[in-house]
Amino acid sequence: MENIFRIIVCIKQVPGTTEIKINPETNTLVREGIETVINPFDTYAIEEGVRIKERMQQSGSEAEVTAITMGPAQSESILREAISLGADKAILLSDRAFAGADTWATALTLKNAVKKLEGWRLIILGKQTLDGDTGQVGPELAHMLNIPFIGYASSIEHISGQKITVKRLAEDRYETFEVRLPAAISVGKDINVPRVPSLRGKLKAKNETIPVLNIADLSMDEKDAGLSGSYTQVIKIFTPKHVYEVKMIEGSPDEQAEELFTKLKQLNIV
Amino acid sequence: MHYFLSEEQQMIVDICRQIVEERIVPVRAELDEKGIFPKDIIDEIGKSDLFRLFIPEAYGGMGTGIFEVCLATEELSRGCLSVATSYAASGLGFIPIIVMGSEEQKQKYLPDLAEGKKIAAFGLTEPEAGSDAGSIRTRAVKDGDFYILNGTKQWITNGGEADIYTIFAVSNPGRGARGVSAFIVEKGTEGFEFGKKENKLGIRASATRELIFTDCKIPAGNMLGSEGMGFITAMRTFDQSRPAVGAQGVGVAQAALEVALDYSKTRKQFGVPISSFQAIQHMLADMATQVEAARALVWHAAKVIDSGEKNVAKLSAMSKMFASDVAMKVTIDAIQVLGGYGYMKEYPVEKMMRDAKILQIYEGTNQIQRNVIALELIKRGVL
Ligand SMILES: Cc1cc2nc3c(=O)[nH]c(=O)nc-3n(C[C@H](O)[C@H](O)[C@H](O)COP(=O)(O)OP(=O)(O)OC[C@H]3O[C@@H](n4cnc5c(N)ncnc54)[C@H](O)[C@@H]3O)c2cc1C
Repeated sequence: MENIFRIIVCIKQVPGTTEIKINPETNTLVREGIETVINPFDTYAIEEGVRIKERMQQSGSEAEVTAITMGPAQSESILREAISLGADKAILLSDRAFAGADTWATALTLKNAVKKLEGWRLIILGKQTLDGDTGQVGPELAHMLNIPFIGYASSIEHISGQKITVKRLAEDRYETFEVRLPAAISVGKDINVPRVPSLRGKLKAKNETIPVLNIADLSMDEKDAGLSGSYTQVIKIFTPKHVYEVKMIEGSPDEQAEELFTKLKQLNIV
Repeated sequence: MHYFLSEEQQMIVDICRQIVEERIVPVRAELDEKGIFPKDIIDEIGKSDLFRLFIPEAYGGMGTGIFEVCLATEELSRGCLSVATSYAASGLGFIPIIVMGSEEQKQKYLPDLAEGKKIAAFGLTEPEAGSDAGSIRTRAVKDGDFYILNGTKQWITNGGEADIYTIFAVSNPGRGARGVSAFIVEKGTEGFEFGKKENKLGIRASATRELIFTDCKIPAGNMLGSEGMGFITAMRTFDQSRPAVGAQGVGVAQAALEVALDYSKTRKQFGVPISSFQAIQHMLADMATQVEAARALVWHAAKVIDSGEKNVAKLSAMSKMFASDVAMKVTIDAIQVLGGYGYMKEYPVEKMMRDAKILQIYEGTNQIQRNVIALELIKRGVL
């Protein structure tokens, strides 16, 4: 087999942060007509993938980054963005049957796609998504592929064709792990500063044909994909209502202090 | 507004805007205050392929024209003239290799410069030779397969930061401008050192430094063109590079106008926004008109150069001179619109004004540009 160090970066399209709306009927996020972006944590995953590729290339090895997303047809735009940021190839996993997937069904779909690719050595994911916020897809995917997983990587200390050494910040200490490849890691924003797209990247992104794989291409059963393959089902998503009551206390400073104290006592705060 | 930009040209503008917003604006005041060379930003510019714009495809470039270089330079200048100067000065340093270099020299030097892995500088000016560039004293004496350089260059942009230097030196004294030759000198060559770093009024984050040559031995193969071609190399380089100085003027003037306009709508005096005073309105109207006129001239000059026209000295000089005069006037007026706040470091316009001044001085003072324009007029007529 050709000796290219292949890196897979899993990315997801999420709504631009400021305007998340929930459809009260279906309890799902309203995605129509809303500006979408690459999940912010995934931008660090792309950058790290591209940096590892550049590192490998500098030491004389061939390397390549493939970005993958599972999502509706419009998610193609984030794959093009990934190419403008240095990814070499992109694959869109899109099928009606994939809709409504929880983290398990998502990981399973990604696993089937990864299995179709050859020669990959490293999978990089963002540590969590902005909309789902679970952080589960990475470890689930690694589990399904039976490869090591290191979450929340904050730097890649060393990487060769065989091994990767990853440092991460735990609550009160740094941890360093060395694992054999292939492996999967997830990254957060402390790992790098994503670059600005390049002109050649943007031109390539515009002209690239992005293959779309559907459920048949992945040889998956409908019952394992999308909503039917999901262990968790969202019953309700809602925006919590915050009720604030403001009471202005008047009078001399002494009177105000007195009244405030009485009030806080009533509320069992003091 | 830019309705006739191609998709690729619009991409260049978008990339530069992202660099300006994300990388330049947040740090420009600090870089200016402390005089720190913007290394990270120049690296980012390199990674985004912006140095490739100047360079032919055969040498790792993108083979675009001066017009694209002007677009990028204008946008970067909206963010910070120190950054734009460092970017443009690398171009000034390697354009001589493009216009005069041998195939071998191009293959050797241009790919790394296109990639932004290395940057370049242009060393002509000396303590006793500014506008009168033909009077430089740095000597190049032939010694077998080498030339030995001795002398001092002054106020060289990217000095110390650049890896590749185009150096002009006298190889044949007594022949005046015709005795000048151009050489490629690499940083690290024995006998090549850096002297005083200048402390400046504006573009304080750009590096301006002395280059000192003491028995510096350069392979004869590093000469650009043939002996005595140095002055022509410099002039042909300026013909290509001056519109980008104009583009710097357009960019900084545009930025100052934007600040002034925003401010005029929010600052209230006598119970109304100052933008409702005709005196302010007329200043804004004049500023905007001058910016448009300057941009039109710069773009025109760039397009004419890109069309392959040979006699471009006049138009090139006009675009540099006019747009830099506009930059000076508009940045001063922007401070006037902001009043005392404009004079304070809390607002960016005082920096823009300090920065804009250099555009009337370097790459030929605006008096020298007028000399060039007049000479061309007299020699070739109006068209
Ligand atoms: C920040 C900075 C960066 C620079 N970067 C570079 C660089 O990268 N490389 C490089 O080689 N040089 C560089 N220079 C030098 C720059 O190009 C010179 O300063 C410029 O050419 C003017 O020379 P001078 O300063 O010696 O002024 P002088 O030539 O002494 O001019 C003084 C005044 O006399 C006027 N004058 C001179 N001759 C005439 C004439 N014949 N007709 C009418 N008026 C005339 C000038 O316009 C000016 O107003 C830089 C300068 C500065 C300040």
